[in-house]
Amino acid sequence: MAEEEREKQKRFRYRINVCCSSSCISLGALKVLKSFERAVKELGLEDQCKVARTGCPGTCSAGPVVLIEPGDYFYEGVTPESAREIVEEHVIRGIPLKRFLYSVPEFFSKQKRLVLRNAGKMDPLDIREYISRGGYAALVKCLTKMSEDDVINEVFKSGLRGRGGAGFQTGQKWKFVSKAAGSPKYIIGNLDEGDPGVFANRTLAEADPHAIIEGMIIASYALKAEKGYLYTRAEYPLAIETLKKAIQQAKSLGLLGEKILGTDLNFDLELRLGAGAFIAGEETAILASIEGMRAMPRPRPPYPASSGLWGKPTLIQNVETLANIPLIVLNGGEWFSKIGVPHCPGTKCFSLTGKIKNPGLIEVPMGITLKEVVFEIGGGVPDGRRFKAVLVGGPSGGCLPESQLHLPIDYESLTKAGAIMGSGGIVVLDDESCMVDTAKFFIDFCVDESCGKCTPCRVGLVKVRKILERIGHAKGVEKDIDLLAKVGEYIKEASLCGLGQTAPNPVLTTIRYFKEEYMAHILDKKCPTGRCDMGAEGS
Amino acid sequence: MKSVRLTIDGRAVEVPDGTTILDAAMANGIKIPTLCHLEGVKDYGGCRLCLVEIKGSPKVFPACTTPVGQGMEVTTNSDRLKEYRKMALQLLLSERAHICSVCVANGACELQSLASELGVDQLIFERDWPELSVDLTHAYLVIDRNRCILCTRCIRVCDEIEGVHTLDLMLRGKETQVVIDLNENWKNATSCTGCRKCAKVCPVGAIYVKGEALSSTKDKEVAKFITERRRSAFE
Repeated sequence: MAEEEREKQKRFRYRINVCCSSSCISLGALKVLKSFERAVKELGLEDQCKVARTGCPGTCSAGPVVLIEPGDYFYEGVTPESAREIVEEHVIRGIPLKRFLYSVPEFFSKQKRLVLRNAGKMDPLDIREYISRGGYAALVKCLTKMSEDDVINEVFKSGLRGRGGAGFQTGQKWKFVSKAAGSPKYIIGNLDEGDPGVFANRTLAEADPHAIIEGMIIASYALKAEKGYLYTRAEYPLAIETLKKAIQQAKSLGLLGEKILGTDLNFDLELRLGAGAFIAGEETAILASIEGMRAMPRPRPPYPASSGLWGKPTLIQNVETLANIPLIVLNGGEWFSKIGVPHCPGTKCFSLTGKIKNPGLIEVPMGITLKEVVFEIGGGVPDGRRFKAVLVGGPSGGCLPESQLHLPIDYESLTKAGAIMGSGGIVVLDDESCMVDTAKFFIDFCVDESCGKCTPCRVGLVKVRKILERIGHAKGVEKDIDLLAKVGEYIKEASLCGLGQTAPNPVLTTIRYFKEEYMAHILDKKCPTGRCDMGAEGS
Repeated sequence: MKSVRLTIDGRAVEVPDGTTILDAAMANGIKIPTLCHLEGVKDYGGCRLCLVEIKGSPKVFPACTTPVGQGMEVTTNSDRLKEYRKMALQLLLSERAHICSVCVANGACELQSLASELGVDQLIFERDWPELSVDLTHAYLVIDRNRCILCTRCIRVCDEIEGVHTLDLMLRGKETQVVIDLNENWKNATSCTGCRKCAKVCPVGAIYVKGEALSSTKDKEVAKFITERRRSAFE
């Protein structure tokens, strides 16, 4: 089938990929798609030109984006009116239309796209296209040439670590689940990202749903788990629609359900929607939510690997982790372990937002420095402003100053600096950002999203916010800084789950790296940036 | 049943495998403060008062949900732990309206006695009390959500012991509140049997019986007693 599809694709001289991800649709991509289809039809080019609806190539700020192959010509800011002109110039005359060409080649310069291998180049709603690009070959390899243990060993050898943020060894987790007593076993694909400024998982699901599904089927084979849940939030309508169709198509080709590809493997995959709580992505809260209860974390042990859904052994993996699995199976664990850095192999997707020239979704090898990401890929800070800080790891990440930009991106070095890998959010702040206000903004988010179960997180974060408000209203006193640090450390140490254990990071890191700004608010009753409620003149 | 040897505060103890650190300590007369633990129902791990240290790890662990391990060396009363317990009490006392002088639980309140035991006599945080509802509609049971510390003992006893699950939580974070059925007035709660177990196990004055002294209502042993009777009935 892959051959057949490839032959079919070869018949076309040109392929026009119109990005129809959530962000491009919001900019009018569906109209652009229709215009291209109409233009190709009217100009009689249907035999030579394939117009495809694809997922996001990552350049979110430049939308609507159109990628014309061969040659990977990127057109940005395409309007329905310009579609015909682009087809006339590029396809008929063979001259790319400079006016719309994407002008930031460095955006892709340092990227290595493994997880996003198909993003922007493939129709996510057509399983045949995925297969033609090598999709499901890894599953076939597992079913025909590998034992369950072979698959687990390959994953173990790869050194892949959980991309949901905590960075636990994936192969180790698979071994735990494989050895755990109890039946049936379950697999959960975690697609519940809810951090402000983070959209990597959503984009992956919209662009390449089958990579996730294939990863889950391979896990089901390796761990003898016959039931899987793909958990996402109702706030992701396009991702849900895409995944639903992808699951349906996989079923119709015998890749899901009973007797997969004629073997003894059975795997039933169900899409589960949550109401969209930040805490629901925590691994024990996701269990409660799928079981139909309130998404609240529970203490570990027992770990989900031994006692997860309904007390049975359960593998919970972030969807980005799962999308790596087919590549590891196809190319071998050793191949994967050589990408990135030895203790942290592979790549990581990051949502790049904030005060940055080229915002979007990127995928970079682990070990790349923050400086390369912010200044080379992201193009630095726009509008002639100066870089001030970068928040790494979402709302419970850390604000790192320029002096920390040499840091390589891996779990340990980020944690040491006071940030976290988190689910891959990088928010850039310029010299107009007030750090006290920034810390308060992210604490606000965690106050709202705390589940309310444990005292440190539920009450502690409210108190931290209160103190920050006091400082912002020119009522701060010097000992407030010590109190913030003391309560922040307590919340980190004493909270029940990852939300509380990381929520104080923005406050602790802004105190660590920008203490003088707090002092200015407290002693001079002025905001050095003049951007927060207090203003430069003081209250 | 395999037994496990460990030390708690330097004392060698031996308990059956699978016992929690908290149960091991209690069985050996070592007191670890807690507000959400209730014998006879599942542990919750929410109040974070029973945090302990285990040699070899920089982290702190809730004694109520951490199982013992062979050769474990547990510390229950280091300076750091004392600080953390005081911090938890400080936070709870400043979270909602805890005014002992006008509280039905004055003198029979676990939060009050722990505060006095651990030396919390000043609040370092601003009191920032929300105004939550009080439900007086039931014939004799009252819930005052302003005094609730969200330990969920009432919810667990209602679910696991009485078996009706009338009580549960709604909303999240600081808004979290105990609700009756699907947020009904208590008089309209069709699932409630009026058994009073929630009032018996409430550590503070959030759920109580009208006109009855709390000292006579409270019965922390109720869940343990019923669980043991049930167990012996099946043996």
